[in-house]
Amino acid sequence: MLDLTPTDYQALWLSAKVAAMATIIAIPLGFGLAWLLVFSRCPAKSLLDGIINLPLVLPPVVIGYLLLLLLGRQGWLGSILNKLGVQVIFNWKGAVIACAVVGLPLMVRSIRLGMEQIDPDLLFASRTLGASWIDCVRTIVLPLSIPALITGSTLCFARSLGEFGATIILAGNIPGATQTIPLAIYDYTNTPGGESGALSLCILSIALSYLVLLLNQFFLGRFCRSSA
Amino acid sequence: MKLDVKLTKSLGQFNFAADFVIEGKRIGIFGPSGCGKSTLGNLLAGLVVADDGAIKLNDRPLYDSNDKINLPPEQRRVAVVFQHAHLFPHLNVKQNLLYGFKRTSVERQKLNIDDVVTALDISHLINNRIAGLSGGEKQRVALGRALLACPDLLILDEPLSALDSNLKGQIIPYLRKTLRRFEIPYLYISHSLNEMRLLTDQIIHLSSGQINEITNAETLAERRIEIDQSAYINHLQLHKPREVGSLLGYNWGENELLLLDHAQPESGLFALSSKEVMLFKKHPYALSARNLLTATITDIIGQGGMVSVKLNCGGEKLVVQVVREAALELGMEVGMQVYAAIKASAFKRLE
Repeated sequence: MLDLTPTDYQALWLSAKVAAMATIIAIPLGFGLAWLLVFSRCPAKSLLDGIINLPLVLPPVVIGYLLLLLLGRQGWLGSILNKLGVQVIFNWKGAVIACAVVGLPLMVRSIRLGMEQIDPDLLFASRTLGASWIDCVRTIVLPLSIPALITGSTLCFARSLGEFGATIILAGNIPGATQTIPLAIYDYTNTPGGESGALSLCILSIALSYLVLLLNQFFLGRFCRSSA
Repeated sequence: MKLDVKLTKSLGQFNFAADFVIEGKRIGIFGPSGCGKSTLGNLLAGLVVADDGAIKLNDRPLYDSNDKINLPPEQRRVAVVFQHAHLFPHLNVKQNLLYGFKRTSVERQKLNIDDVVTALDISHLINNRIAGLSGGEKQRVALGRALLACPDLLILDEPLSALDSNLKGQIIPYLRKTLRRFEIPYLYISHSLNEMRLLTDQIIHLSSGQINEITNAETLAERRIEIDQSAYINHLQLHKPREVGSLLGYNWGENELLLLDHAQPESGLFALSSKEVMLFKKHPYALSARNLLTATITDIIGQGGMVSVKLNCGGEKLVVQVVREAALELGMEVGMQVYAAIKASAFKRLE
């Protein structure tokens, strides 16, 4: 029933790789930002909150374009990276960056919701028992945020699997190099006779997304059992 | 323990100021809710930072606005037991108990977990999860966790107020026994003078952010009988039990009191509510209460609809609360002799 070519398999592999990498980058970043928003006395909290959430409301194409301006060869960050011999646009690294930026607000929101459930008095208790703040984050905040981290990772991974607009601008649509499943489907729909290829990839997409949801349930369930 | 505090702190509309030096092992902070009791506790523990002033614990500066000293909570060696136990839900009982202990330098680890667990009677819970514990058990674990951090000062911030009165009665003996045994100086924050009388030697009396006086709980409790809503609780030290029929007879001053207390027939401290005693002008020849004592009225304190009568019962003090009409009908006056009837079941063992 599935009519898949080697490029489709490459797209599947690339999608999984890019989404996983983006999630791995977003986890520590999201945790740190959520901590700042929930527990720190940082005065610019609402400004920070706004900037983090911007990718959620901006069109992904706009994000992609802004990232291209920033990371392109003439870009502010891109020129520095270029001198170091690192090229992030029009390769898979660009796709990872695009997905991480788009997925980060979902990650931060989930972890933040989880952290807000933590009674601040628990942190006070740990401090008066001799834990420095970093010790307290490691031994109290982090373990109590695990369900939120699982949910945040799922959302970020799923969002990355579906990322299209920012990826196509920053990484391009190069089969075998930067073409993830959504980009491949887009290609098929623009090609006469590509319907069955597009449909096959759609089915693959559904299966992959469903698998992610099942994994989320599995990890959450396992965590709840071990702490029940 | 010597605590030297001189500081001010504004929290919105609320201004807190304290200036005192106190030395002792069992100190209470007493006052109505909103008077700044917990604020003082938090300032000492470093959870709230003062606006200016200084805090010294055993001559070691914890905070000094002039010298720009402000030790973070983890360096103050001031442990806190909160109103709600605040145990770490992802750790089991043993891991909770050892949280502070592991973070204490070896030369300061004066207590060991086995002694603390035995004293608090929680050895059977040691591998349990926190979620399954009862309120009283949680509070005992929280106390053990704070003790094992071997602090210079332990702050007990209304540790019993979240428990119902029955549980309170069960926890107080543990508190008394454990705190006495491990000799860690503590500050007991509460609005209950009954708890203060059992657990402290001196109290700092606060009201609306200021220190009223430094006194002791017994003096304050007697002075406040008139305004205190809750019944005054008599604490009776009873000695040398002997079997009297199905009851136990204990020595109390010149009298013998009959109690229904077979669980633990040994000398101890008992609570008797001032509302559990009946007074008679003449000897009632037939009555169901097992204790009838001859007493002399030493003081009568008016208290709205209720009157508190202070008695001398064979050399011991007893406070009894009666309705004002009853006091008038009996024609009570200082120096008058009365009979006090107490049921054998009215006593509650405190330790």
